[in-house]
This record gives sequence, structure tokens and C-alpha cells, in this order.
Amino acid sequence: MRTTDPPLPSGRSAVPLTFRLNGREQTFTVEPQVTLLDLLRDRAGLSGTKKGCDRGQCGACTVLVNGRRTLSCLALALPHAGDEITTIEGLADGDELHAVQAAFVEHDAFQCGFCTPGQILSAVAVIAEDRAHTPAEIREAMSGNLCRCGAYPNIVAAISAVQGAR
Amino acid sequence: MRAFEYVVADSPAAARALVREVDGARFYAGGTTLIDLMKSDVERPRRVVDISRLPLTSVERRGGVVRIGALARNSDVAYDALIAEHFPALSEALLSGASGQIRNAATVGGNLLQRTRCTYFRETRWRCNKREPGSGCDALDGFNRSHAVLGTSGACIATYPGDMAVALAALSARVVVEGDGGERTIALDDFYVLPGERPDRETAVAPGELITAVELDVLRLHARSRYLKVRDRASFEFALVSVACAVALDGGRIAQARLALGGVGTVPWRARDAESVLAGAAPDDAAFRRAAAAALEGAQPREHNGFKVELAQRAVVRALRGVCGGAA
Repeated sequence: MRTTDPPLPSGRSAVPLTFRLNGREQTFTVEPQVTLLDLLRDRAGLSGTKKGCDRGQCGACTVLVNGRRTLSCLALALPHAGDEITTIEGLADGDELHAVQAAFVEHDAFQCGFCTPGQILSAVAVIAEDRAHTPAEIREAMSGNLCRCGAYPNIVAAISAVQGAR
Repeated sequence: MRAFEYVVADSPAAARALVREVDGARFYAGGTTLIDLMKSDVERPRRVVDISRLPLTSVERRGGVVRIGALARNSDVAYDALIAEHFPALSEALLSGASGQIRNAATVGGNLLQRTRCTYFRETRWRCNKREPGSGCDALDGFNRSHAVLGTSGACIATYPGDMAVALAALSARVVVEGDGGERTIALDDFYVLPGERPDRETAVAPGELITAVELDVLRLHARSRYLKVRDRASFEFALVSVACAVALDGGRIAQARLALGGVGTVPWRARDAESVLAGAAPDDAAFRRAAAAALEGAQPREHNGFKVELAQRAVVRALRGVCGGAA
């Protein structure tokens, strides 16, 4: 089978990986076992995406892949060739905060801030998905993002405010 | 995570060949279970075969059958109009599972193969017959509050953890797998294998076979279906008990019923005896309670999970009240 297949990225050693990161095409050299999270933090130098539990239980590592929210800790990097990845560093337009970032500031939707990048990216996707509107629906939609400081009421308020302003 | 070889498959046939070439190779679709278990050193694949770009993502109706591609994402299936209309229990089960982020990554095929949440399986310092056949089971006399009460053996009491497959059991789904001889179809009831003495063998999928689709029949029975999940917190949590049910009502009586339980069995637990109790009965609490008792008949709790026997029966009654419409 392998002799007749077209060439594929293969092997245990590092291979080139190209995808769009926050609007810019970038190429990295990546070993197979590197997760998307570790690539973003250690290779791309974007430490805004947080490593909380590293097991898919806290949501701190949430990023957008082709506009859909996903956990970067439970994904290998290599399968994301060609994808568009958005991290917290890619949300603002220069010095102008994204509407959800501004709403989190306005509504005091964080305390220590560690979960905040994941909360904001998840919130951006929840608003785009347009299925959660009541506070109960927003809480359910955001249940994959834990906040040990307990800023939940203000997070819900921030999301509702952005939805109301649209 | 240990090092491994990464290869991309460009067709289902190539994927199967690439997995067969190396002992302990694994398919990679959404990655949500596999990467988690590789970080815990429970899974140690020498080769990972990326199937995530294979064109198996569609949800299509052909006559009276809806076919869901094995690589359709859980969130896409849950919100699909065909699924929501004809199989509401499946939509509800999918949306009750995990979180929005994980549902965007997890696939139908991967979800079918989701591994147990048994702590003794997931922590390599404990003895586990599922992880290392013949090593023993520390859950039997350990902290077994989350463990199974139905379908257990002296070798394993690990609970089947998922939601989707419980709904699929009540909806009499079929799993389509591709192997060397072409496609074959496995009824969901036959897909999961009771642990017995070999709890490491979990499904009827043979080595080198690839799940390509799930099929469901469009029936009046399946359109009136519900999924009820009871858990320790309101969201993003595995089931303590769950109930998938479907009924066809006719002239004020239950003509047909389908019932499956999650959180209580070592496999998604189809409760056929309870279905027989309900067939022809009036949809009232007396019948629901008889069905609930039949569903939990033979339950064998351990030290910490006895509460599930009563909780599951109450959940069955509540789910049947809901699906039969109102207080009945």
C-alpha cells in the first residue's frame, strides 16, 4: 500500500505545518506529538491561550478553528494544516478591543483572568452560533469553560450585552 | 505524550491498510478521547492514522433510512434538521454530552468507540483488566460510585460512559463498518460486547475495520423519542443514569416502546423486558413503574453505587411520562 500511495506527511520526526494564524499564513516545524495548544504557546509564542487542565475539562485552551470553538489541548497540531486558527491575540483590531473583550471589561467578567481568553473565544462562538439567548441557555452553552473565581454571572451579563447590541 | 508516527490517509481503504501495517496503530478523527488517553499513557499507539479529512461527514436521507457519516461532528449531527425532526432523542443525547467545544471536535465514529471513565482504567498505577488483561480490577472493592450495576462481570464493572450510543440503542441504529470484504452492518445491540473475562474487547469491530456510517430508520416510533440525563452537575458531566425512550401511541395505549439506559451498564443497556411490559399498556405511572422495575431486574450494585438502582427506575418513569406527553 505504501509504495503505491502518494507521498504523505509521515514519520516520527518534525515536519513542516502551514496554517493561517490570526489572519496570517505561518509555517512551523512540528513533531507528531505536539498538540495545537503547545504549538501556539511554545512555537508561535502566543501565550494568551492558556494551559489549564490539559485534559479537556476546563476550557482555558479554547481557540477558534475555521470559526468553530474547539479545545487546543485535545488536538494534535499536524491535522490542522490549511486551517484558520484564531486565538485571543487575533481578536482585537489594533488597539480597538473586540466587542466581547470590551464587554468583559465593562461587566467585570473576570477576576484572576486565567480562564478569560478561553471564555472570550467561547463567547465569540456562542454569539455567532446564535442558539443561546436566555441566561440559562448562555450558561449551558458556556458550560465547557470553568472559572474558579466564579465570575459566571458577569460573564453571562457580558455575553447578553453583546447580543443585545447586535 | 510518547512519540509516534503520524500518517494521513486519503481514502478509507488507505486508512485501513495504514492501521493494519503497525501493531497498536490508531485512527485519529476528532482526537478528544485518544489524545486524552495518550497523555495519561493509557493509549500508546506507535502510529496515528489521521482520517479527519476523509469525506464521511454528511447526513443524508435515502428513502426510509437516514445515514450519518462516521466523521460527522457531534454538534453538526445534533443540530441537523433531519435528526432533530425524526430522531429527537439523538439530538438531545448529543447536546447533553461534553461541551460545545468538544462536540465541535468529536465525531460519530469516535464517539461510538469512547472509552470508559473508570478511574482505575484511566490511572495506570491501578490494576485494570480492561487496560491490562489478567491484571485484576481495583474498582471491584474500590470507590465504585460511578460504576455499572448491569452487565458486569468479576473482571470488570466499568460503566459505558457515552450518551449518543444510548439513544442509538433505543432507536435500533445500525453501525456500518468497512473491511477487506467490503461493508458490513452491525446492529447497535450487537456492536458493544459485555466484558465477561475479556473487558479489553469492547466492540464487534474487527482489527483493521473502519466505521464509516450509522444508519437509522425513519419511523413514527423514532420521531416520538426523548433522552433524559441525570448527573452530579447541570452540564458538562457524565451521566449517573440516563434514559433514552421511544413510543408509538395508538388509541390511548402504547403500541410499541423502546428503552435504553446509560450510566448503569457496562454497555449501552437496551431494556427489552421493559419494552415488553410497555407494549399494549396504558401510558400511566403504574405501567411506567412496572417497566422501570423490569429494566433494573438483575442489577448487581457494589459498595457505593446502589443508589443507581432506585435513581435509574425513577428516571425511567420520568422519561416515559415525558415521551408519552404530559403527566399521563
